[in-house]
Amino acid sequence: MIVTENAYLRSDGRKGIRNHLVVAYLVECAHHVAREIVHPYRDSGVQLIGFGGCYPNAYAAKMMRQLCTHPNVGGVLLLSLGCESFKRSELRDAIAASGRPVETLVIQQNGGTRKTIERGRELVQQILGEMANVPRAPLEMREFIVGTICGGSDATSGITANPGVGRAFDRLVREGGTGIFEETNELIGCEAIMAERAVTPELGTILENAVGKAAAYHRVLEHGSFATGNAEGGLTTQEEKSMGAYAKSGASRISGLLKPGDVPPTGGLYLLDVVPDGEVRFGFPNINDNAEIAELIACGSHVILFTTGRGSVVGSAISPVIKVCANPETYRRMSEDMDVDAGKILEGRGTLDSVGTEIFDLSLAVARGEQSKSEALLHQEFVLTYKSFDPIGPSCLPRV
Amino acid sequence: MSDSKLLRLDPLDNVLVAIATLEAGESVIIDGRTFTVPSRLTLGHKLAARDIRSGEKILKYHMPIGSATRDIAAGEHVHLHNMKSDYLDTVAMQARHSLAGHGVPGGSP
Repeated sequence: MIVTENAYLRSDGRKGIRNHLVVAYLVECAHHVAREIVHPYRDSGVQLIGFGGCYPNAYAAKMMRQLCTHPNVGGVLLLSLGCESFKRSELRDAIAASGRPVETLVIQQNGGTRKTIERGRELVQQILGEMANVPRAPLEMREFIVGTICGGSDATSGITANPGVGRAFDRLVREGGTGIFEETNELIGCEAIMAERAVTPELGTILENAVGKAAAYHRVLEHGSFATGNAEGGLTTQEEKSMGAYAKSGASRISGLLKPGDVPPTGGLYLLDVVPDGEVRFGFPNINDNAEIAELIACGSHVILFTTGRGSVVGSAISPVIKVCANPETYRRMSEDMDVDAGKILEGRGTLDSVGTEIFDLSLAVARGEQSKSEALLHQEFVLTYKSFDPIGPSCLPRV
Repeated sequence: MSDSKLLRLDPLDNVLVAIATLEAGESVIIDGRTFTVPSRLTLGHKLAARDIRSGEKILKYHMPIGSATRDIAAGEHVHLHNMKSDYLDTVAMQARHSLAGHGVPGGSP
């Protein structure tokens, strides 16, 4: 099955559904200059991402490399202050090796704020010119990657939107595509039933351990992935929220476990382990939904399915975010931000199957160029913080 | 029979989910018995489907989502004031604290 005839073919063979120019700051000190460079082009596909920290971090370096060479990205402008620890030439070399146009501007070598903004805008024009002639090719279903996340959940999320996405994921995987679900910290209580779906017993144990790690991590932090809005929405416990979140994964066998920035090797359903390895070091695993979205995108997600009951409005840089609204009352209040009204199931205006089909079809339409609501509203949120991970082992991606 | 505003996700569940907002004083029917809703409950909140004893598992989707912290009568609102997580206790404590003043029954710190 062909997802779209008109994907952007990159020199590394990967294919994107968007052709964004990314301006990436490499320390907070370069953030303002980068934002100013982007501003006049913000509705022409030029987007801002970056890492704020000045201390080196292997996870952040990998994330930036994977994001800057994401199939939806056609060119990159790196913004450095000059004295930060981020290894800008390594990042530049990795982007250049992927065949993408890349330029670096160092504010300290460029005469400061104003001159760097001026020069940056010239470089944006130049890179946009180079990106205009990217060859097009069909994107096959086996190359299509969809990530899913829930945010602003309430008790309707687990009844309508999440199982609706689960149905869409079942269809995606059946057709040969790839689905990634995550939030191991929101699967606490589901580990045993999830492990039974792994393609090998070893992988089952790995999945269970990933959730165990999340529970231990949150015990140290004395706060699960549970906000007061969840309780106001009728959810009482972490495991209740987990059951709802788990429904996003559908019913397919689970093919592997990824960590942020690992691209799935073949079609199938994958769990993304978002909780750092080792002792608790840098605080909450993911400080908000966008930190998780950035990780799903770093794993190659072309599109993100975001379910919400309370009503989130966020989108993301690089890959379009499709909002699936679980709660019919929220949908009526915030329909301009919502792509799918999954709450209609509660009012007898639809079924899980019809909503699942709607979500699947919309994913394809967005892959073919239709803008999602958050994309049209220019939501381009991006968050990247400090974390540390051990690399995955061979049992995480069993060949069966 | 049960009320069309209440959803039983699994036949063995001991809680029902409100799929529309229930106003205080409104009547709901659970297994043929009529109960009066004591205070306004928004969409998504849970009601006891039968009498639940203290310490009993709360079942939703036929999965345990925590335990009752006291005896709960059929028709009662099931939330932070009468059940807790079997995993992460502190979560409920913090949430209960923040819920004070949100009109949730039993939501005192």
